Amino acid sequence: MAILELNNVTIRFGGLLAVNDVNLKVEEGTIQALIGPNGAGKSTLFNLITGIYTPTSGTISFKGKPVSGVSTHRIAAAGVGRTFQNIRLFTDLTVLDNVLIGAHSRGKWNLAGALMKLSPWVQKEEGELLDLARECLQMVDLTYRAFELSGNLPYGEQRRLEIARALALKPAIILLDEPAAGMNPQEKSELMAMIKRIRATGVTVFLVEHDMKFVMGISDRIAVLDYGEKIAEGAPEEIRLNPKVIEAYLGKGAADAHA
Amino acid sequence: MADFLQQQLGYINPYYLQIIVNIGIGIILALALNVVTGLTGQLSLGHAAFMSIGAFTSAVITIKFGIPFTYNLLLTGFITAAVAALIGLPILRLTGDYLAICTLGFAEIVKVLFLNLDITNKALGLSVPAANTTIPMPVVVWIVVLLTIVSVTCIHNSRFGRALMAVRGDEIAAEAMGINVTRYKVQSFAIGAFIAGVGGGLYAHFMGYINPSDFGFLKSVDILSMVVLGGLGSITGSVIGATILSAAPEFLRFMANYRMLVYGCLLVCMMIFRPNGLMGGISFTDIVLRTLGRKPRLKIIMEQKKSGT
Repeated sequence: MAILELNNVTIRFGGLLAVNDVNLKVEEGTIQALIGPNGAGKSTLFNLITGIYTPTSGTISFKGKPVSGVSTHRIAAAGVGRTFQNIRLFTDLTVLDNVLIGAHSRGKWNLAGALMKLSPWVQKEEGELLDLARECLQMVDLTYRAFELSGNLPYGEQRRLEIARALALKPAIILLDEPAAGMNPQEKSELMAMIKRIRATGVTVFLVEHDMKFVMGISDRIAVLDYGEKIAEGAPEEIRLNPKVIEAYLGKGAADAHA
Repeated sequence: MADFLQQQLGYINPYYLQIIVNIGIGIILALALNVVTGLTGQLSLGHAAFMSIGAFTSAVITIKFGIPFTYNLLLTGFITAAVAALIGLPILRLTGDYLAICTLGFAEIVKVLFLNLDITNKALGLSVPAANTTIPMPVVVWIVVLLTIVSVTCIHNSRFGRALMAVRGDEIAAEAMGINVTRYKVQSFAIGAFIAGVGGGLYAHFMGYINPSDFGFLKSVDILSMVVLGGLGSITGSVIGATILSAAPEFLRFMANYRMLVYGCLLVCMMIFRPNGLMGGISFTDIVLRTLGRKPRLKIIMEQKKSGT
């Protein structure tokens, strides 16, 4: 079953057609990748899915329910976790607090809960959130950093923390926007293992990435975006040999690329 | 009991007593603004407006209805919070400088409004009758101070408080974590107004006379300086900042007209040597626990869990 479905999704920013008539299905329990040259509209597509932008036309459905036009926080609470291309951590808070904020929608107590902090019900919920946060930190091997300020972590660990924070949402699908950017080869291979572990827990993974080796090594299916249009989709092997993809990445003359 | 307290207070020099009460009211207002600006990161340059609304509401309630002071303060708080929520819904869509200008404008509107309404006795100001309570005002003020400190601390260390800090850190990321940013901003604004309103009510009844001009831009800046001096987001900081800035003008009084100069210099030095505020980046709880040789509760829980698995 497709957990995420995009039907004829288009978005225009003034005269710019950022995403043009894209159809895409992400099957539950798979690792789906989205690749494409810079400015192809990959991050825009993620922003469409998470409700930061509303499509000009077309529909997006998550678990069979339409989500276009629904506010970002509702989509997130429904089970869409995400990370950002330019890391957006709460840098002045500890690693643990960051993950606890990720677990926000798994708790219920609000202001009343804050004022009755010592009551057994609120304590129980806090305990559950803490358990969840701990699990998520273990998933990305950051438990030993729990009480450090997230802004003080090295770059690779910040990326991992973003993943942990998104996992704390208990998402059905997690969108990773260039998770391997700026990582060294060893960190990349650790990240691959980590993403496979995440998939093994039943979370569907949808990622945008530039590193071909990384994408080919991990994805079940790959979709390719160029100038806002989907030009190819299929298993890694098919994509590797697809002439259109090679053309988009390596160029075969400007005239052909525009055709 | 009440008589006993009254008698005890009688031993304190009335001048000092007034300073002590001013410090208390300062702490309440600083903590109120700290929720909005420190915790949620929404710069408000008009927090005195909520103090003003609280002061006049509370005074009018005493004049017209004379209900017990506890109910009076609660009612005042809720009315002020309601006004804040109403005004917050549109203006909290703005961020940074724009929001600051808006709150500034709101405060001026409130001032001008109260200067022209009959019920607030226009520019003459309002004489406030004694509060309907047997407990002396200074004691009431400090009870409220303690209650405020406790509740604000609870808010800081809760799911609710974390959501507010997330809004402060990064609104887009907060939304992506399932946090309804607008709702939390309005709620934090309303909480800040509730506390400031109660502070205003106490001020009105302690002073016995209020004038809309008492709650102008300078008052708002005063409150903001307390929060910034103490360190944005730090409760201990707000308490210390409010104490210093409420007491400093009095202790510098011997310098007559030069005291504001010294006051200004103090603030400038502060910004140079501790730009994050006196308690910026320092956790008071951590310091206390460390002196006692104990670990924070969270750390203990995390370690227990680790050895358990």
